[in-house]
Amino acid sequence: MIPDLLILAQETTVEPSQLGFMVVNGLSLGAIYAVLALGFVIIFKATQVLNFAHGALAALGAFFIAYFATIINIPGRWMEGAPGWLQWSLSVVFALLASAAVGMLLERIFLRPMLGEALFAVAIVTLGIDIIIRTITNDLIGLNSLPMGDPFGLSQIGFGCEAGRFLGSIDLTDVCTVRVPYTTVFQLSLTVVLVVGIALFFRSRTGIAMRATAWDQETARAQGISVGRIFALSWAIGAAMAAIGGLFISMFPRRPGGVDTFTAFFAFRAFPAIILGGLDSILGALVGGFAIGFAESAASSYLTFEFLGTGFGGVVPYLVMLLVLLIRPYGLFGTEEIRRV
Amino acid sequence: MRGRPLLYTSYESDQAIFNTMAKKVFAGLGLLVLVLLPFNVVPGLGFLAAGDWLRLLSTVAIFVIGGLGLNILLGLAGQVSLGHAFFMGVGAYVAAVLGGDPEGVRLGFGLPLWIWLPAAGIVAALIGIAFGPAAVRVRGLYLAFVTLGLVFVGDYVFRNWISVTGGAEVGRTFPPLQFRLWKEEEPLIDFTSDGAWLGIELISEAKTFYFVLAAALLFMLLAKNLQRTRIGRAFQSIRDRDIAAEIMGVDEFRNKLRAFGISSFYAGVSGALLASFVGTVIPSRWDLFLSIQFIAIVLIGGAGTVAGVVLGTSFVILLPRVVQDATLWMQDVVKEGDSLLATLLDLVVATDSTDFGLVNTLPGIGPGLSVFQLNQVIYGLLIIGFLIFEPLGLYGIWIKIRNYWKGWPFTY
Repeated sequence: MIPDLLILAQETTVEPSQLGFMVVNGLSLGAIYAVLALGFVIIFKATQVLNFAHGALAALGAFFIAYFATIINIPGRWMEGAPGWLQWSLSVVFALLASAAVGMLLERIFLRPMLGEALFAVAIVTLGIDIIIRTITNDLIGLNSLPMGDPFGLSQIGFGCEAGRFLGSIDLTDVCTVRVPYTTVFQLSLTVVLVVGIALFFRSRTGIAMRATAWDQETARAQGISVGRIFALSWAIGAAMAAIGGLFISMFPRRPGGVDTFTAFFAFRAFPAIILGGLDSILGALVGGFAIGFAESAASSYLTFEFLGTGFGGVVPYLVMLLVLLIRPYGLFGTEEIRRV
Repeated sequence: MRGRPLLYTSYESDQAIFNTMAKKVFAGLGLLVLVLLPFNVVPGLGFLAAGDWLRLLSTVAIFVIGGLGLNILLGLAGQVSLGHAFFMGVGAYVAAVLGGDPEGVRLGFGLPLWIWLPAAGIVAALIGIAFGPAAVRVRGLYLAFVTLGLVFVGDYVFRNWISVTGGAEVGRTFPPLQFRLWKEEEPLIDFTSDGAWLGIELISEAKTFYFVLAAALLFMLLAKNLQRTRIGRAFQSIRDRDIAAEIMGVDEFRNKLRAFGISSFYAGVSGALLASFVGTVIPSRWDLFLSIQFIAIVLIGGAGTVAGVVLGTSFVILLPRVVQDATLWMQDVVKEGDSLLATLLDLVVATDSTDFGLVNTLPGIGPGLSVFQLNQVIYGLLIIGFLIFEPLGLYGIWIKIRNYWKGWPFTY
């Protein structure tokens, strides 16, 4: 495999496009951050809880997916004739349900008693939850990474490839101008589906109830909305979105081996995206997610000076966040807090 | 005024640090016990004279200094900071550069302790002050995220500035706790070797313990005094209601800079002492978990009080040791016999790689959590538990117990 690659690299006339790589990479990263930010913002808007445990929930969700899809093979073990992608999708659905259940449990056990306390105190409670979930998840994952079992694998679509194949499925040894992993296509399409789904959901009866709760909990309750049920629902949705974010992180090309102990750490980088867009804005989560994704991707591609050392791309999200907050303290789309005297 | 213990006839006596006789007596006794600890003469606490326990107590003293710093920022001034570990790292590396071995692999100037220790605090304080304007502009929860970013940016700098920090996997050595007047060969006072002081034979751990104990007491006194000054009261007014404070003439900008500066000074000194005490430290020591540990210290102890910080630090630092000892003890019981206790404990500990259990002592592998992981879970549970059930922390529990006896038989 590797000798082939070397020979091809010598013979080829095709120049891999750095810009193309940067864009594809940025889209893939952006999808991760946007999905994580969306889940976070839904929880914050509906329940006023700043969820520091979101990264840990992402890792736990990814573990659930790996566990259902590859280790215990549920529901695939009962449907042997079905195609692989269907089995995998159903496993993902089961894992998302499990994540949603964990989210609801967390809300009921740890956050319901904190209702009405200072936002800061509640945020620190989620910091405690983060430590617990992250430790237990890392223990469950173990020392090696667990494969996600997704049907996409390492396959990629190539544009402007060598050997007359201009467009089509390629393997890793082909040289192309731009190569798009199947997983990136999957991530982007799923992100679009989720965003449309959330936009539609907010127009439904339950969605309107959730918006009313976000606006004013007491008034919502006076209108006959079960605020407790809305809290549980928003945590279920948020945790499931976190799990999807965890899945995105654990796929090729981010973590080719699957979910490992780095997944939760990686998910922490979604916080700058959340802040950039503003804590309580759905649109901000999307814009912030892709902006941070592109910034990180561009920095990794172009800012490769020696004095910057390794891992500079990883801190770019935080640097962007620091700068933006100094100029706009409530993010790009966040609601400015009006301080009454 | 005899028989009226709580009658104060002057403002000074009301505001005194030890404003009752009981406080004076117990503070004196406590100090006496701490000083006598290494001599194995205190009944019931003899085991603490062993080297490993003294090292643990020294760690407590160093963490008390850092905890006091966060307490000033979080407990007094009400500013949420997840960046405490970053300022500790700054202090540690300033100490390493100033005090480090000039002939060593990494940058070092070989200056004495009385320069590098204050300098660690001062540089950290300057960076804290430089960071202050961000805290004025960015409020509340957004500030928590900004300080979170500080930890990650700091981690990146520490990992890549190899000439100072030694790089991600290797780390560097830090100057030992030895007091020199200038760069002479033999230290004037050496806190890191066995030997006699004034004719009294002491092990190195005891000497280190005395040094960090003295430092911790000094910083406790400073912190306690800060609360009683104009600045300390300004901090508290900003914490309680920043707009009201400004109307009363408290300059919010200046006082937030002060709070960050003072807090970072404490963090810098604590970081320098910790690194020097441990000897060799890798950059990832100054990570988010260290910050969370300090938040746990302040919250578990009781935000806003010096005594609370001491209680919280003792709890957080000694807990891992207690958990470890308990696990080993449970393992022994399980391995030994088939009593009812052993059967019950068998469900808790895993004795080999196939046994079921919540916790095991095998490193890395096996079922259940390792002792280190169990400690982290317990930290998390304690933070949550204290915030839900006892927001005033251990100090609050103590106040409740004290008031019960003070007012007995009345409950009010």
